[in-house]
Amino acid sequence: MTTTSTLPGPDTITRVTLDNGITILVYENHTSQSVVIDGTVRAGSLYESPAKNGLAALTARSLMRGTTQRDFNAIFAGLENIGADLGINGGVHRAGFSGKALAEDLPVLIELLGDVLRNPSFPEEQVERLKGEIFTGLQYRQQDTRYRANRAFREGLYPASHPLHYSTSGTLETVPMLTVDDIKQFHQTHYGPADMIIVIVGDVQTDAAIDVVHNHLGDWKNPNQADVPDIPEAPQATQIQKTVIGLPGKTQSDIMLGVVGPSRTAEDYLAAALANSVLGVFGMMGRIGQEVREKQGLAYYAYSRVDGGLTPGPWYVSAGVDPNDVDKAIDSILHEIRRMVTEPVSAEDLSDNQSYFIGHLPLQLENNDGVADALLRIETYNLGLDYLIQYRDTVERLTVDDLLAAAQHYLNPDAYVSAVAGPED
Amino acid sequence: MSNVTRHQLDNGLTVLLKEVHHTPIISWWVLYRVGSRNERTGQTGVSHWVEHMLFKGTEAFPAGYLDRAIDRAGGLWNAQTSSDYTAYYETLPADKIDLALRAEADRMVNAVFDPEEVESERTVIISERQGAENSPTFWLREQVNATAFHVHGYHHEIIGDMIDLKTMTRDDLYAHYKRHYMPNNAIAVAVGDFDTDEMLANIKAIYGEIPAGETPNLFVRPEPEQSGERRVKVERPGNNAFVHVAYRAPAATDEDWFKLAILDSVMSGPSGMGGGGVGNKTSRLYKALVETELAAGLGGGLLPSIDPYLYNIVVTVRHGSSIEAVEAALDEQIDRICNDNITDAELVKAKKQARALFAYATESVTGQAFWLAFAENFDSYTWFEDYVDHLETVTIADVRDVAQKYLRPQNRTVGWFVPINGNNGHTGETS
Repeated sequence: MTTTSTLPGPDTITRVTLDNGITILVYENHTSQSVVIDGTVRAGSLYESPAKNGLAALTARSLMRGTTQRDFNAIFAGLENIGADLGINGGVHRAGFSGKALAEDLPVLIELLGDVLRNPSFPEEQVERLKGEIFTGLQYRQQDTRYRANRAFREGLYPASHPLHYSTSGTLETVPMLTVDDIKQFHQTHYGPADMIIVIVGDVQTDAAIDVVHNHLGDWKNPNQADVPDIPEAPQATQIQKTVIGLPGKTQSDIMLGVVGPSRTAEDYLAAALANSVLGVFGMMGRIGQEVREKQGLAYYAYSRVDGGLTPGPWYVSAGVDPNDVDKAIDSILHEIRRMVTEPVSAEDLSDNQSYFIGHLPLQLENNDGVADALLRIETYNLGLDYLIQYRDTVERLTVDDLLAAAQHYLNPDAYVSAVAGPED
Repeated sequence: MSNVTRHQLDNGLTVLLKEVHHTPIISWWVLYRVGSRNERTGQTGVSHWVEHMLFKGTEAFPAGYLDRAIDRAGGLWNAQTSSDYTAYYETLPADKIDLALRAEADRMVNAVFDPEEVESERTVIISERQGAENSPTFWLREQVNATAFHVHGYHHEIIGDMIDLKTMTRDDLYAHYKRHYMPNNAIAVAVGDFDTDEMLANIKAIYGEIPAGETPNLFVRPEPEQSGERRVKVERPGNNAFVHVAYRAPAATDEDWFKLAILDSVMSGPSGMGGGGVGNKTSRLYKALVETELAAGLGGGLLPSIDPYLYNIVVTVRHGSSIEAVEAALDEQIDRICNDNITDAELVKAKKQARALFAYATESVTGQAFWLAFAENFDSYTWFEDYVDHLETVTIADVRDVAQKYLRPQNRTVGWFVPINGNNGHTGETS
C-alpha cells in the first residue's frame, strides 16, 4: 500500500528562492487543520568567540523579547491568543526557528517572524531577565549527570578551536558578561536573508504561502552579513581519553563514549547511519541494547547515535547504569564496537536494517512536523527534492562491505573519548 | 466529526475503530484497566514492571523477536504505565498491522515471566528509578504526592518504591498479570488506513477465542477529605530551589474538571495534549512570577484521571530569589482568581488554545488512538471527541466557582525543594 506517490517529491514540493537569497519550500497537506513553519538563519554559535560563548543563542532568544513595533506582551499575546507558537533558538551552524498555528493563522505567524528577525529592539530589562533565566538553567544543568557527561565528552572530542567543543547555551562564567551591545552587534553582523531557509507545511495554498513570505521578508537586506568562516578539522583521538565527574546526591552514572563521525554530507554518511543502527538502534537499541540492557540488565537505556551535521559530528554510545556497573558496561560497549570494525554484519542484519530505514519513512512523514523536518534537512544538506522518493533505492544499494568500511573509517575501540558523570566516590 | 465505531466481543473485549485514510499506516492500542493506583504497599511498581515483562517474550514470540520484526516492518511499538492504566501499542504500515494484532493477542495471556528475565529486568527498573532520582524535581513530586494522598494509590510513584523493586518476586508479578490481563478488562483501539468491517472481522478472528476471565476486583481505597494545608520539604544537594503546589482536583468525569481546565489555562498556560504545545508567557502566573524575576520558569498541569487527583503548579525559583517570595506572589494570584472574575479575553483565549491543541493532537493516528483508549478508560471515547465543545460551555462564573471551591489552602499540599551542599562536582581525567 505504501507507494512512492505518497512521498513528498519534486511534483509536490514547491521550492523558490527570492532575490535576496531566502529559499522557500512549501508542501500542502490538506488532511490537517494546522500549519508548521521551520527554518534557519546563518547565525549559529560558530560565529561567536569562546569569551562570548552563548552569545548566538542569547541573541536568538532575545529576538522575541521586543521589536520596534511590539513589546514582549504584544508578541506573545499575538501568538497565545490564537493558540499558536513560535520559537527561535541558537544552533551551532545556524539559528533555527519553528512555529505552529491553525492553518488560517499562517499570515500572523510569518508577519511576526519577519518583525522579530528584522526589527528587534533588545530591551535591556528583557535581556537581563532572560539572562537570569538562562543562568538559573545552567546552574540546574551543572547538577544533571547526563548534561555533564555530554559536555565533558564533547569538550574531550573537539579541540578548543572548534565550535562543537562548546555548549551553544554558554557557561555560568560567560553568560553574565554578555551585553545588549554584544547582542545588537551580533544581530547586525549575522542576521540576514543570505542562505535563509523557510519551510511551510500544512493546510495552505502554495502561492498564497509564498506571497506572504515575500511580503514580509522579500525586501530584507543585510549587506554586512558575514561570510561562513572556515571550521578547523576535528582530529580523531589517538588514545583512550576518559573524564570522570562526581556529583553529590546522585544514584546513577551516565556514560558517553565515542569518536568524531561523518558529516551529513559525507559520502559514507548513510552507510555509517545503517552501521550505527545495527550497533545501537535496531530491535530495542541494537547490539548494545541487547548486550547491556537485555542480557546483562545493566541499564535502563543504552544506545548509539550518529550526529552528522554540516561538519563531522560525534558518533557516540550513551548509557545510564548503576555506578558499580560502569566498567562492565564500558567493556560490553567496546566489545560491540570492536565487532563492528572487525566483522562484516550478516546479510540478515543488513536487510533487517534496510527495511527498517525504508519502512519507517511513512511514520516519520505522517504529520506536518515530520514533513517539515525532512524538507529542512533536504535543503540544508542539499539532498535533492527527489531524496525521499529515491531513498528506497539509495538504502538498498548499500552492501555489508559499505557498512564495514564506514565503521572502520570512524569507530575505534582502542582510541576514543569517554566521559562518566555519577555519584561522588 | 466522529466516525468512531464501538464494539464489544463476546469475551468482553471493548473495541473502538476509526478509519483515517490520509497516510497508509495504522496504530493499534490495547489498554488494560489497571495502573499504579491499584497497587498495594509492598507491591508498588508492579504494574510498570509487568509492562516491562510483556516485552520479554512468549512461546510464540520469544524475547527479542518482535523488537526485530516490528523494526523490520518499519513500525514502532512501546508501552506506558500510568496511575490509571497500562497500555501497549504498535504503529505500523497498514499492510503489516496483522503482526500487531497477533502480538497483542498473544501477550494478553501467554507472557512467560521467565525467572532469569525477571531478575535481569529488576536491575533495569532499579536503574530507571535511579535515573529519575538524579533529578531534584523527582524527589519533590514523590514527596508531594505522598503527602497529598495518605490512603489512595496515587500516593506512590508509578515506578514504585525502591524497597519494593528490590523485594518483589516473580510470583507477585505473574499474579498481577493473571488477575488483570484478560479481554474483559481491556480496551482495544485501531485508528488508521483500514476498512472497519474487515478490521473488525480480523480482530474477532484473532481475539475472539481468548476466554474471558474473572473480572478483577480492583484495589482502590478512596482518599478521605483533606482538612488542612499540608507542607513537605525536601532537602538534597542541588543548585536550585523549587516550589510545588498541588490542589486536590476532581475526577475527569466531574463537570468541574472542564472548568478547572479553563482556570489552568488562564493561570499557567494550557496543558499540552501531546501534539505540540502553546507557550504560557501571557498567563497570569508567568506575569506574576517570571516577569517579576522571582522565578526562572513554571508549569501547571491538570490531568484527566479516574479518581480525584491534583492540579499541580511547579515553579523554578530564580537565582537570587527565594522560595518564600515565590510562594507569596503565587498566593496573591490564587487570591485574585478566587475573588475576581477572569476577563472575557482570557476566556476566549483559553478556548481558542484548546481548539488548537486538540487539532495538533489529532494529526497523528498514534495520538488519536491513544486519546480514544485513554478517554474510554476513565469515561468514554466521546469525552475526547466532545472535549472542545464541552470547554466551550464554561463561563466566567464557572471559573470563579471552581477557584473558590478547589484553590483553598485547606485543599492543598505545598512542597519545597531546598538545595543543600550545592557543589558542581570534581572532575578527573585520564589519558
